[in-house]
Parts: sequence; C-alpha cells; structure tokens
Amino acid sequence: MKPVRILEGHAVPLERSDVDTDQIIPSDWLKRVERTGFGRGLFSEWRDDPTFVLNDQSYVGASILIAGPRFGTGSSREHAVWALMDYGFVAVIAPSFGDIFRNNSSKQGLVIVQLPQEDVDQLTQLVKDEPTRLVVVDVEHLRVEVPETGWQRSFDLDPMTRERLLNGWDDIGLTMRRESAITRYEATSHAPTLAGVFDEDGHTG
Amino acid sequence: MGRTLFEKIWEEHVVASPDGEPTLIYIDLHLVHEVTSPQAFDGLRLNGRTVRRPDRTLATADHNVPTDPISTPVKDPVSRRQLEALEANCHEFGITVFPRGHENQGIVHVIGPELGVTQPGMTIVCGDSHTSTHGAFGSLAFGIGTSEVEHVLATQTLPQQRARTMAVIVNGQAPADVSAKDIVLAIVAELGTGGGAGYVIEYRGEAITALSMEGRMTICNMSIEAGARAGLVAVDETTIDYLRGRPGVPEGDEFEVLADRWRSYVSDADAEFDAELTIDASQLVPFITWGTNPAQVVALSGVVPSPDEYDDPDAKGTTERSLAYMGLAPGTLVRDIPVDVVFIGSCTNSRIEDLRAAAAVASGNRVAEGVRALVVPGSHRVKKQAEEEGLDQIFLDAGFEWREPGCSMCLGMNPDQLKMGQRSASTSNRNFEGRQGRGGRTHLVSPVVAAATAIKGRFATPDEVGS
Ligand code: SF4
Repeated sequence: MKPVRILEGHAVPLERSDVDTDQIIPSDWLKRVERTGFGRGLFSEWRDDPTFVLNDQSYVGASILIAGPRFGTGSSREHAVWALMDYGFVAVIAPSFGDIFRNNSSKQGLVIVQLPQEDVDQLTQLVKDEPTRLVVVDVEHLRVEVPETGWQRSFDLDPMTRERLLNGWDDIGLTMRRESAITRYEATSHAPTLAGVFDEDGHTG
Repeated sequence: MGRTLFEKIWEEHVVASPDGEPTLIYIDLHLVHEVTSPQAFDGLRLNGRTVRRPDRTLATADHNVPTDPISTPVKDPVSRRQLEALEANCHEFGITVFPRGHENQGIVHVIGPELGVTQPGMTIVCGDSHTSTHGAFGSLAFGIGTSEVEHVLATQTLPQQRARTMAVIVNGQAPADVSAKDIVLAIVAELGTGGGAGYVIEYRGEAITALSMEGRMTICNMSIEAGARAGLVAVDETTIDYLRGRPGVPEGDEFEVLADRWRSYVSDADAEFDAELTIDASQLVPFITWGTNPAQVVALSGVVPSPDEYDDPDAKGTTERSLAYMGLAPGTLVRDIPVDVVFIGSCTNSRIEDLRAAAAVASGNRVAEGVRALVVPGSHRVKKQAEEEGLDQIFLDAGFEWREPGCSMCLGMNPDQLKMGQRSASTSNRNFEGRQGRGGRTHLVSPVVAAATAIKGRFATPDEVGS
C-alpha cells in the first residue's frame, strides 16, 4: 500500500448513525472476485435518492467522509473499505466505529479518525456552512484541521497503525520477518491438524 | 490470580509479542468460503506467496450456493464465478474444499463443529463475522477481513490486539418455551449493538451449561451482534460427548488423552473478568426483533415500541427510521403482524435440533395461505440426518419447502431473497435493512416461533398451534 502522511481534501457529512457494512456495500456486490470497482456499489441503496448527500453537487469530489456514531458495524466484509476507497475516500471521521471495520481500514490505508461527538458535530457544521473548505488529516501529527477557520483537533491512532500508514507497510511482509518464531512455535504446538482426516476429494474414511 | 478461558487460549498461542506492536498469535484452524477468499488468493499469487499450512485450512462453498436441487446449474454468473474460483484456488494451493453438492458441504460454521475439526482450546478464524459460533467449544474463534485471510493463508498467524474479557452470566432455568435464540436475543438487547465492542464474551451460568452444544453455538453465533470480538463457553462433558466419534477427532485412548487436555479449557474459579452482565433466565420469554438492528427486541407477546419511549434524540431517531423501514406503527401487537415469508436456516439455527424443534411444531399443521416457508438445512450432513428422521416429509406435508444447504436467505446472495416490502420471520442473525433482499423486512426469531408463524401467517408461539 501507499504511504499516507497528510491528507487534504473536501469533506462530506453523512449525518447518519449505525451505518453498517451492509449499507456501505450491499451483499450483491460481494460476488466479485476482483479487488477493484467497488466504488460504484458504495451506499448503493441510497444513491438512487437525489437528495442523498453524495448526490449533492456541492460535495462532488469529497475525499473525507464524516459519519455518525458506530460507522461500519456489522458484517466483516472488507469490501466496505474497498468501496469507500475505490469511490475516492481516503479518511472517515466519526465518533465511533465497528471494530472489524476499523481493523480492515488500517490494513488498506483508509485513515480512521475517531473524534468526540461534539467535535464531529462542529466539523459537520463547518463543512455544511462552506463545502469547499479544505479539511486536513495529518497522520504524522495525528491532527485534523480546517485551516481556513483555525479549527483543529487531535486524534488517536495506535502507534503501529500510524507507523504502517506513514511507511505504507504491508502486513504479510511485516510478519514474515518473524518466520523463525513461527517455525519455533509450530514445533511445540500440540493442536491437531487436518492431516489424514479427509482424502483427496474431501471425503472422510 | 486465576486466568480466564480467553487468557489461557490467548497465552498458548502467542508467537511473538514485540514492543509497541500487536501480538502475533498462531491460528490452529482457518476456515475459508467463496466470498471473502478470492481476493486473498489473488494477493498470494500477486506476491508469489504460498499457503503455509494447507493442513490447517479447510474450505466450503456456502454463501451463494443456490438451494435448488444440485442438478440445476448455478444461474447467476457472478455466483458461479466465485464458486468456481474457490475450487480452483483450493486445488492450486492444496486445500481441502467442499464444493456445492459435496457430502461435507454446508455453512462454514455448521460444518466445522459437525466434522469435529472445531476443537477446544484452538484459535479459529474465518472471513466471516459469525465465526464466533465455534467459541461454543471453548475455542477462540473470530471473524477476519479478506486481507487477514490472505495473511493467515501466507503465515498461519495474525497480529492481534488482546481483547478485554466480559462474563455474561445467565443464571437460573429458562422456561420451557424459551430457546437458545431467545436467550441470545435478550443478551443482545441488554448489551446493545456496541456493548460488547472490544470484548471476548464468556457465557456462563446454569442456563448456558444446561444447553446442548447446538444451543451454545446459537448463543456464541450472535456475540458479534452485540459488537463482541468473540464468544466462548467453557468445556464440559457436553462438549466432549459432542465431539466423541466425529471424523476430525482421533478414536479410543488417543481421544481420551485429548479430552483430558480439553477439560482444562475453563476459566479458573478465581479468574476476574473486565466486565460482567447477569441475566435471570427464569424471566425470559420468546423474543422477536421489531427493527433494523438485532438489539431492537421485544417479547413476542408485546407490542411494537414507540419513539416516545426514548429521551435520547439519537435513539428516538433510530427508532423512527427503523419503524418507517419496517412499515410498523407503534403499539401494534406483535401477534397481529402478518408475514410473507418464513426462513428456517442460517448458521444461527439450521442444525438438526433446530429442525427437529421446528418440525415438531409443523407436524400435522399447514403453512398459512399466501406464506412462503423455506427450510434450509445448514449442511448436507444435517440434511441427510433430517431425512433419515423423516423431518423433510413433515415439513413438506405441512407445505414448507425443503431446500439444499447453504446460507440462503440469511443474506440473500443466492436467489432466495425477499422482495421489496416483504416481511419475514427468520431464524438468522441479522435484520439489517436490505439484508434478505432489497426493501425486505426481517424479524429475527427462534425456529419454533418461525414454524408457528408460518402456520398462523402472523407472528405466533408454538402453543397457538395444535400439533
Ligand atoms: S448463514 Fe448467514 S451469518 Fe451465517 S455464515 Fe452464512 S451468511 Fe453468514
């Protein structure tokens, strides 16, 4: 994945709570076997509605999504992250997130910014007042800003997620540095394997 | 101080715990299905990587297999591509796979336990959030995303933050008409959809130990609906008796040695949990969800709630939106709500005991005029067993459809879907908007309530239908 240091762009306020991953990308999109193209399915149940905020001309091209509490709960589908990123979002700001969604996001380089509800409300207002305002998410200094107004807040990221985002590190490569520890562990593990349980065609004896 | 079950399993699986990084834990069993794996296999190929432990990896087709007779081809080209990709990937990487129609095929969380490959003390992952089901065996089992699937395929490990522990203690004896599903709906309602976030829940108490393994699986299955990372039940003789004789476990003395080790997978008496919730089972009743998240639960004998019951504007708004989507007016008697479709199936409630319970209600009755009722066994093994017991005939005689195994209408990735505005009584685990088909309205219930509802054509409990 690409290193992420400072993200700058316009933001769009979703103003909905409990947006679960079924809403982010409905299940019929899960049938694909590719990794790309999911942006067209993003929020697709709502996209037909002309009043839906992503259809609002003033927010076209926004790359930062502001959402309500418990964003990304529900099904573990990583496609939700692919859909947000494929659509063009690089960060999501909300008061809280689903655990698996947050985890999936950090692996793909989608920046998760958790702020208290009142800060999210303030930011939402700043953006609604003037949708062309630039919003800056600074992963290096863990800060969100609206430079034009001087509004600025800090956020938390666990140090590892921050490092990975800054360096663009891929998970598997990181773990493979511990190859000898894994091999050592395997030598002592007594957890049964599937060896001998099934024949070549998956039948049991 | 003693250790909790979670802590025991966790500590046994630590491969490395580097400073400032998540702990690297070893994965004993990786279950794979067609939806969350193709991009992971793609990733392996892209980077020239292999599957580290094909002998700890098992794959099945489940999410989008049609439930029509096996002889009918998969019509949806996209589903067909995913199913074909799973088979091809597994063959390429040397993984055992159960394609559509295979005698061992079924919902991934049904087949792991029934084949005896889900075992106490293991770490188990799958690219599906209901992996928590396997926790019923005293194993640490949780859902992962596709890039984690790729990570486990390549390294058989996973970097993880250690979870906090929560004890959910269900004391006392549940009334006879209360099933495991009702217990877990009560728990989810109590915790809320986010109440378990960051926790691994251990279900404890008399009402839990009194459950069969299948009942425990139903409970652990829905841990994720309370936001928890995983659910666990300590090992006891019920666990061991269930596993004895299954294909994945050894026989004779070798089994008994294993069983002895499994008996240590319990929380120590003086172990402390980070959080606790106590529920009195004797106060429980049959429940149903009325809204669009699984914590929106009422008694089947109750009424649809009103937004006015909430002071918090957020809760009020959520309630209003849910009611609007569900097409329900506050104050409506639940028993007066008619249904269009009844779905008995999913990894929550599609095992043999679920089918037996539902068949006992269906027996000698007829599905109400205009109601479509599907029974979708969780696996081919469940289906075969049910047929040996004559359950299929009971369902068919009563006007239910008897289908081939798979996830089916739990998430409507196959042709089994609700149509716009249709209302279902479903034994699955999620009532999210559009989950069972665009514009579909899902009410989560137990298998016996589903069966009684099919017969009455409106929400009903078994005592309302003669059998
Ligand atoms: S039955 Fe439903 S919840 Fe279970 S694995 Fe299948 S889709 Fe997921």
